[in-house]
Amino acid sequence: MAGYLIRRLIQAALILLGVSLVTFFLLYLLPADPVRQIAGRSATAQTVQNIREQLGLDQPFVVQYWRYLSGLVQGDLGRSYLQKSEVAVLIWARLPATLLLMAGAISCELLLGLTMGIVAALRRGSMTDQTLMIASFVGVSAPQFVVGLLLLYVFAVKLGWFPIGGYGTFRHLVLPSLTLGILGSGWYSRMMRSSMIDVLRQDYIRTARAKGLARRRVIFRHALPNAILPIIAMIGIDIGIFMGGIVVVESVFGWPGIGQLAWQAIQRVDIPIIMGVTLVSACAIVLGNLLADLVTPFIDPRIRLR
Amino acid sequence: MRHWLTSTALVMALALPAYAQDYVPDPNARQGGDIVITYKDDVATLDPAIGYDWQNWSMIKSLFDGLMDYVPGTTTLRPGLASSYEIAGDGTVFTFHLRPGVKFHNGREMTADDVKYSLDRVTNPATQSPGAGFFGSIMGYDVMADGSAAALAGVEVVDPLTVRITLSRPDATFLHVMALNFASVVPKEAVEAAGADFGKVPVGTGAFKLAEWTIGQKLVFARNTDYWRAGEPYLDQITFEVGQEPIVALLRLQNGEIDVPGDGIPPAKFTEVMADPAQAERVVEGGQLHTGYITLNVKMAPFDNVAVRQAVNMAINKDRIVQIINGRAVPATQPLPPSMPGYTQNYTGYAFDPTAAKKALADAGFPNGFETELFVMNTDPNPRIAQAIQQDLSNVGIKASIKSLAQANVIAAGGEPDQAPMIWSGGMAWIADFPDPSNFYGPILGCAGAVQGGWNWSWYCNPALDEEAAKADSINDPAKVDERMAMWSDIYMKVMADAPWVPVFNEQRFTMKSARMGGADALYVDPVSIPVNYDYVYVTDVQ
Repeated sequence: MAGYLIRRLIQAALILLGVSLVTFFLLYLLPADPVRQIAGRSATAQTVQNIREQLGLDQPFVVQYWRYLSGLVQGDLGRSYLQKSEVAVLIWARLPATLLLMAGAISCELLLGLTMGIVAALRRGSMTDQTLMIASFVGVSAPQFVVGLLLLYVFAVKLGWFPIGGYGTFRHLVLPSLTLGILGSGWYSRMMRSSMIDVLRQDYIRTARAKGLARRRVIFRHALPNAILPIIAMIGIDIGIFMGGIVVVESVFGWPGIGQLAWQAIQRVDIPIIMGVTLVSACAIVLGNLLADLVTPFIDPRIRLR
Repeated sequence: MRHWLTSTALVMALALPAYAQDYVPDPNARQGGDIVITYKDDVATLDPAIGYDWQNWSMIKSLFDGLMDYVPGTTTLRPGLASSYEIAGDGTVFTFHLRPGVKFHNGREMTADDVKYSLDRVTNPATQSPGAGFFGSIMGYDVMADGSAAALAGVEVVDPLTVRITLSRPDATFLHVMALNFASVVPKEAVEAAGADFGKVPVGTGAFKLAEWTIGQKLVFARNTDYWRAGEPYLDQITFEVGQEPIVALLRLQNGEIDVPGDGIPPAKFTEVMADPAQAERVVEGGQLHTGYITLNVKMAPFDNVAVRQAVNMAINKDRIVQIINGRAVPATQPLPPSMPGYTQNYTGYAFDPTAAKKALADAGFPNGFETELFVMNTDPNPRIAQAIQQDLSNVGIKASIKSLAQANVIAAGGEPDQAPMIWSGGMAWIADFPDPSNFYGPILGCAGAVQGGWNWSWYCNPALDEEAAKADSINDPAKVDERMAMWSDIYMKVMADAPWVPVFNEQRFTMKSARMGGADALYVDPVSIPVNYDYVYVTDVQ
């Protein structure tokens, strides 16, 4: 187990190194000049050149990347070009909000997705099954911006059940989590349905039924733990999808997470922030996958980590 | 002797306006209360040397002061931290007398040393100020800009309450420059204590002080009870909530949760808001010093041909484009917006006439038109406007393909001589930094901006006009202001004859306020304290 963990952590470090290299290179190739954004429209050529030299942006790619990497291994993500603040401070201030939203969204999508998938599998071919699968299709297809605004309008403006955007209490968390969760629940319900149908066909389920076990016990004790295995692996991958979704959802709900920070940095070519957010997101994805792999043996004893 | 008399006369003439104009306090205003304002984008910094965004511009104005200021809701200059000033030496020596007893938020009294420190700081390349270039006329700026000097030679402390600024050339816009946020006075000890983080812990002399900043969520400004303008500001507290989509901000306003949506009315909801009398009565409309335009790159064929550029000017249906943005603008005839001094009143511009445009193209050797590219920023409504332009051009035989890109990419393409034949300026269009016609020329139509990475995206460079512009800006005798404006009007008419731009529209600002907000409408669409002048608005529900 320890050997496996060390190996995976080394792999994670290599992945992060690769992500940093590719992102830095893509930003280097970007046909936009961050120095012009900093210098403003009244700047002379001399001012622009001064800023370029101060930031080291006049150096070749290898030198720029090496400098960044040297700072990175010491935990220094650099300073924002435009805000002048330390990127680590900016990200750290916003990370709890994003993690909270992610936790809320995962809870929503699991609750909705698994319930819908199980019900659909148990009533396979029925009107309920078809309705749930159409609903999941709509959930997957609907743009999050539209879903978010729709939920805000109905549940916050018209019904007044939740606040109109913002951050701070559990009530603030519900609608953004639901917006993100609806998309994920669409995927999970379809996956859960097919996985459950597959499991319900197995001999051990037939045996359990033949023994006269209660229907609830057959489903929750024997079928569900086996059907849920692919879902757990999916959660790890899902974190990557979340990172894309939070940019939109945080914007709609005024949720102060790193998605908003990334969006504004991209608009203004604030490279240190873009790099910082990308690396933090990559860390979340890598760790999420690692956690999913570590949890799996506890649910399915047949699986051993080597 | 003659020189002395002339200088003295100039000193007196120019010193007078310092006492002539000021604000008449609103008799209905009461001190107290707090308001909530929202913005979509986070506040990057509150450092006056750095901040240059929509949302932080008027916040900085409320936290800091400069030597000069504007009468609220207008473009009329008035003294700020300077109680008076004198101009001598044929308009190149400005002596500012500071108000005594003005205190920074940290309690220390502001002196002339702080003024010098602040001007040295903003022009120091290490500060990386986007406003450094505005101070180019101060003697010693060039050696500051290239990093070979540590202080501006032209800024001298005469005594603790007097500072003398010597220019290397006469500059009629200098008092406006001293009213810019970039010229705000900051305390050295607070800047040095905070280092690069001064923008997060600002200390100024302004009407408000920063009480709380939760990154990514909100900023709270509290009234500066020691403010040097007695009785101001009116509000006890302002909370700025950031990260709020304009459409959500509007819903919150309708729900009574906020007082002003800082980003205004979202375009998609404009018609709906205006159609509802209850909401429409809370809408505030105002002009702004803005022009939206299409640049025609004179270095790229066929726009190197003036007849082609004139034909394009005739091909664009500006009224239809104004309709596309729900009438939130007026068609433009020239680079200057109508409320800018120097605007040529009786000039009607190139009339929309596709037949004449086709004929002009045929005469220029393009009877079948040509193919070109139109660069545009990819946020609404700009791609829709680009489509309208594309259709207008198609009607005269010009096939323009639209390149819809992120703002930074369009700016980068415009800064290269051979990348962007045409650019629709929407989303990046020029809003004047200060109300003077020169501000619309140098960086965007003058030779200085027609360089790699510059903002003159038409690459138009007319050295004769540059000379005329320099001559106009050297006239800083108030008695000759009409002569100066006539010169600027003439310059822009010559620009129009050369047609490097198609001026399309001058945008109007539309914003809303809650029912409890008081103060003149002009304060909510202030042309200088953009977007809202926080120091003078008030709430009506305080006793």
